[in-house]
Amino acid sequence: MPLKIVDNDPEKARRFRELALPHLDDVYTLARYLLRNAADADDAVQECYLRALKHFHTYQGPAIKPWLFAILRNVCNAEYARRANAPSTGADELPEDAEKAPLWHEAQETPEAQIVKRHEAGTIRRLIAGLADPFRETFVLREIENLSYREIADVAEVPVGTVMSRLARARAMLRSAWLAEQELKK
Amino acid sequence: MTCDEAEILLHALIDGELDAGHAREVEAHIATCAKCAAAARDYREIKKAMAAGGLRYSAPPELRRRIEASLPRAQAPTRRALLRGFAMGSAVSAIAATGLFAVILRGDDEARLQTEFVSAHLRSLQANHLTDVVSTDQHTVKPWFNGRLDVAPPVADLSSQGFTLVGGRLDYIDGRPVGALIYRRRQHVINLFVAQGASAETRAAKMETMQGFNVHRWSERGLNYWAVSDLAKDELANFCEKFEAATRAAG
Repeated sequence: MPLKIVDNDPEKARRFRELALPHLDDVYTLARYLLRNAADADDAVQECYLRALKHFHTYQGPAIKPWLFAILRNVCNAEYARRANAPSTGADELPEDAEKAPLWHEAQETPEAQIVKRHEAGTIRRLIAGLADPFRETFVLREIENLSYREIADVAEVPVGTVMSRLARARAMLRSAWLAEQELKK
Repeated sequence: MTCDEAEILLHALIDGELDAGHAREVEAHIATCAKCAAAARDYREIKKAMAAGGLRYSAPPELRRRIEASLPRAQAPTRRALLRGFAMGSAVSAIAATGLFAVILRGDDEARLQTEFVSAHLRSLQANHLTDVVSTDQHTVKPWFNGRLDVAPPVADLSSQGFTLVGGRLDYIDGRPVGALIYRRRQHVINLFVAQGASAETRAAKMETMQGFNVHRWSERGLNYWAVSDLAKDELANFCEKFEAATRAAG
């Protein structure tokens, strides 16, 4: 049986597990919103964790979540580049008809509160999926991942002012869609 | 404050990112501007709807499993038994301790351990991580291990005998922390690994060659030693004798 020495520092691996693994769902959630495709998100998250472990010695704290997000973002950008170069097969397109604009025109099928809630969440997900990349990224980092403006600026590598204007744009777009949906409910 | 300014800043207000002074200004604007007030109200509502949940994804179990499998294994308690089993000088005792691993142990645990120590020696040379504590002073190196190991490895100053102490390092042999003392003789590096043994028995020394390295191992007063180096066999044996003699005299 060959000796498996993947990394020469189990202490490092243990710390990495303790710090990074609890954020797997966070990283996966961001990947889903950034890539809008479950299979690509799977690959990106796995790649993200491999890179994160490899570069774990560069992690200086304090919060590991933004650090993981920054790595994921790089992985996703590579994926974007690949998509841009690859001939479109259709499989890489937005899933769940995300790009068909007024998806909020869905009728309520049942009055049950649970269903309504799920329905709303589904609607919001699709509205978010419809946002252009930089706005979607900023919005998700803020509203779903709960990062501060400063942390978002670090992850997205832009000034805080840009974060603020992107967030304003993203929310304004969502608001229009939201209002249109509220209108339909009446 | 103008609507254009408020349009950006009211988000910072909602997100709690605004300092008190600006927050007051934005609030003052909203109080007098119906358009911005309506926007702020909608944004808060959207935020509330989003907080209701259902927007987060859970990583698929298969992905989680793949990622966990790709990480270096966490410390496995059975490895400890393996080391102890070696110290007892018999695979049988190790099998008795961990019946589960009988198949893996099967009498070749000694060779496996030896491979690991040679690998650790190689890593220390390649990874530019020869020492954690750099000192030629045994009184600096010895206390460094305090709290890092469950044993206190004896450290001997052998510089007068041609073996220079370079420092110490914490190494891991498949998940178990092991102390490593680093000595130099001319251009050659000696890694002397020290780990706790299972009993106080003293075992006869043994010299073997593996992957071009000589490995000399012995047990002494409850500690197991593995010296690994590219030094010639007789020189390495000489080093081990000197080390033993010095620590025996000190202890």
